[in-house]
Amino acid sequence: MKKLLQRLGWPGTVALAIVLLFVLVALFAPWIAPYPLQGAGGPNVVAKLSPPSADYWLGTDHLGRDILSRIAYGTRVSLTNGILIVAFSLLIGLPIGLAAGYFGGWVDEALMRGTDVFLAFPALLLAVLMAAALGPGFLNSVIAVAVTWWPWYARLARAEVLVLRGQPYVEAAQLSGVSHWRIILRHILPATGRPLTVQAALDVGPALLTAAALSFLGLGVLPPTADWGQMVDAGRKFFPARWWYSAMPGLTIFVIALAFSVLGDALRERKGGTARASA
Amino acid sequence: MELLRYILRRTFLSAFVLVGVTFLVFVVAQVVPSDPAALYAGPRPTAEQIEKARQELNLDAPLPARFATFAGAMASADFGISYKSRRLIAEDLRAYLPATLELAIFSTGLALLIGIPLGVIAAARQGGWADRFCSFGSIAAVAMPTFFLAMILQLIFAQWLGILPLSGRLSREIAISAPLPMVTGFNLIDALIAGRLNAFGDALTHLILPALTLASYPAGVAMRLTRSAMIEILERRHIVAARALGLSEPRILFGHALPNAMGPALTVIGLSFAYALTGAVLVEIIFAWPGLGRYVSEAILAKDFPVIAAVTMVVTICYVVMNLLIDITQALVDPRVALS
Amino acid sequence: MPLLDIRNLSVSIPTTEGDVHAVRAVSLEIERGEIHGVIGESGCGKTMTGMAALGLAPKGARIVADRFHFDGEDLREHAVRLRGRRIGMIAQDPAAALNPVLSIATQMDDVIRAHRDLPHRARRAEAIDLLASTGLSDPERVLRGYPHQLSGGMQQRVVIAQALATGADFLIADEPTTALDVSVGAQVLALLRKLVTERGLTVLMITHDMDVIAEACDRATVLYAGRSVETGPVDAVLQSPGHPYTRALLAALPDAAPLGARLAAIEGSIPPPRSAIAGCAFATRCPQALHECAVTPPPERSRAVHRWLCHLPEDAA
Repeated sequence: MKKLLQRLGWPGTVALAIVLLFVLVALFAPWIAPYPLQGAGGPNVVAKLSPPSADYWLGTDHLGRDILSRIAYGTRVSLTNGILIVAFSLLIGLPIGLAAGYFGGWVDEALMRGTDVFLAFPALLLAVLMAAALGPGFLNSVIAVAVTWWPWYARLARAEVLVLRGQPYVEAAQLSGVSHWRIILRHILPATGRPLTVQAALDVGPALLTAAALSFLGLGVLPPTADWGQMVDAGRKFFPARWWYSAMPGLTIFVIALAFSVLGDALRERKGGTARASA
Repeated sequence: MELLRYILRRTFLSAFVLVGVTFLVFVVAQVVPSDPAALYAGPRPTAEQIEKARQELNLDAPLPARFATFAGAMASADFGISYKSRRLIAEDLRAYLPATLELAIFSTGLALLIGIPLGVIAAARQGGWADRFCSFGSIAAVAMPTFFLAMILQLIFAQWLGILPLSGRLSREIAISAPLPMVTGFNLIDALIAGRLNAFGDALTHLILPALTLASYPAGVAMRLTRSAMIEILERRHIVAARALGLSEPRILFGHALPNAMGPALTVIGLSFAYALTGAVLVEIIFAWPGLGRYVSEAILAKDFPVIAAVTMVVTICYVVMNLLIDITQALVDPRVALS
Repeated sequence: MPLLDIRNLSVSIPTTEGDVHAVRAVSLEIERGEIHGVIGESGCGKTMTGMAALGLAPKGARIVADRFHFDGEDLREHAVRLRGRRIGMIAQDPAAALNPVLSIATQMDDVIRAHRDLPHRARRAEAIDLLASTGLSDPERVLRGYPHQLSGGMQQRVVIAQALATGADFLIADEPTTALDVSVGAQVLALLRKLVTERGLTVLMITHDMDVIAEACDRATVLYAGRSVETGPVDAVLQSPGHPYTRALLAALPDAAPLGARLAAIEGSIPPPRSAIAGCAFATRCPQALHECAVTPPPERSRAVHRWLCHLPEDAA
């Protein structure tokens, strides 16, 4: 633990703390939110659009719901969104990358050219097209983003496998007649899995950022479920007079995305640093 | 010879990718929606109307035949008719595409103009105060949700300071009372052609905020790429030699080191352009920019699939062609690229 | 007064694993108009000495010296100002010393412009003159080209022309012929000699090659493990070397050994750059080492202007 914190440096540690804080908020939203009922969507018309105050720390929305509570509940949607996008993408990308890298030849060519097609789209546009075709909704938006996301993991996994394939123990296993299936499962997957998992964990930030963009466009979860991107969009009608409605959830998205990227940066930087020192 | 082979191979791959893109768009737009005919027939259609729509849309034909028709239409820039407005999509695109391209190109330029010099400065002051500041700024720029940044900029520059227009592409006085003759569709260029400097200035002030919003992410990336490339270049012998020859530090940084960082700069152009094309969907809504992004977002709400498909196709083609041009330029600038 | 006057220079670079002593105790006196060779194995501190004189030592390096003067000015304070004005550099690998993406014209022009306020035309004429004075036969064509279009010898001539363009009267040449063919290297050395006589230049020639010393230098200083161990006129150093290390270096030359005989390689390796050295740095490898060699610093011995540091009595040489 101490080692990890040392590796992260202070910005990375702060970022990690912020990410963990959001995870806690997501897990315990009903207990943390000051107004759990409003967080879950119940209206509170007596306090429509009130500015931040002692009662409502971050103000209320057009139905009088406490924005802090809505954000707390929205954390659940955003984090699961991010995690699911990354998980689905790994589920598609990892096998494709493994197969392309391991078998090489025409399998590689076919799979990677197919992957190129997905990479040829500007990502958000393909996600928008997908989401529009599937219709709005939580799971649909996850699928829509995952469709644009998996090619990166396919490429990453392939690159890792290409390195591993030349390793003596893999070649030895191949020569001694171990089945491809077993080699991939026993030797390649564990070694590729680790760097890919780290990358995937860090990608939760950008993934939820993209998901937020979709729900800002009205292609995410449906109301009354709280969602940050949708809150920013809903608050736009009252912007800038009632700035808090849009600004608070917008700021929240920024903070969590920033935390993920500072964290990723800290990890990468330290890695590079040790590599240089040992060289 | 290597170079020519590389260019041919890259062009061929791009063509292949475009076929794949067409197929994917066809599948998503024509096959995934539960009932295109019902959408086409309009609200609360009768059974007859739906049947008529099925025939018009050729939905009963086998899939390969339908794909062939679709691909043929896309290839001849016949994007069909909007379900909603019943207008020719190609005609709409002619007005909206230049608006989006103008924004995309302008913001790409802005991203390079901001990101590259900051990257150079950060590299020159590596580990110092300016480096930390720029590096954090680039992380923040990358993490900033586009739509949120757009609103903040509107709040500061349009609402509080009142120095830039809140939204739109031209002021009402110009757009309605004295519209620009459309030659290229790029307002900046059309205004110059018409010789109307006030219209040019007006178009420019309207461009700044949306372009700045779109430039934030790629400027952050440009800064980081330039910084790491420059740090490596600044350690090379010829830079040490240039110092020993008494050249001034700015001349060394910008005249001697930066030209060696052409590769990353070109990469940034592609990335930035792609980002601007995509981000346009969000930014154009917020800034009421009459381009493809707003067009497609309206189509999304109306489930107007031909429009969504057409915009996806056009934007992706722009993107693929742009990347092809960049790869070729990169190979021309640095022949080693073609060999790898 | 020598043009370059270095006494007891040390350069150490702090790292997390302790200080690296790149230069431990180097003394150098270079007179105007001479080519002074500095010879030693890689890691002996010869390049770092040159870099320190140019003010190009790595960031954070500690430079300590009893005297570190160029023409009466302290290099610790003025190196950056003198560099590129009075002190020029000729790098080892001319291909690496020229910017690959800029034309020769741009690179020449940049240097001239940095030092003299001339109109564009005059700068171009000056560039052509300078290139011609380094023996390039078609300077106009060279100007139009890029570094990769030139041969190694031509590139080195361009580098020398650049150094001349600064107006420097003292050049630090760091292995200027190592990257070149033997015959081309000889031409470059001849060119340097010619420039020294014609233009009154002074050259510090850093090399690991005794042939370069013999061919081009007036005086030489031998460096070992960051210390100058012997200095004197080239003839004296080559013909009657005082220090056992110099003798070992000369014995390792191919033409020193009779045909067919084995080359005398120097056994052992140089002391690690982070360790402290109590006595003579060469003691561990010296075939004639005495007991005190490893313990106390060696005294200076001399024969007229030929000086070296060694415990062995003078007649042992």
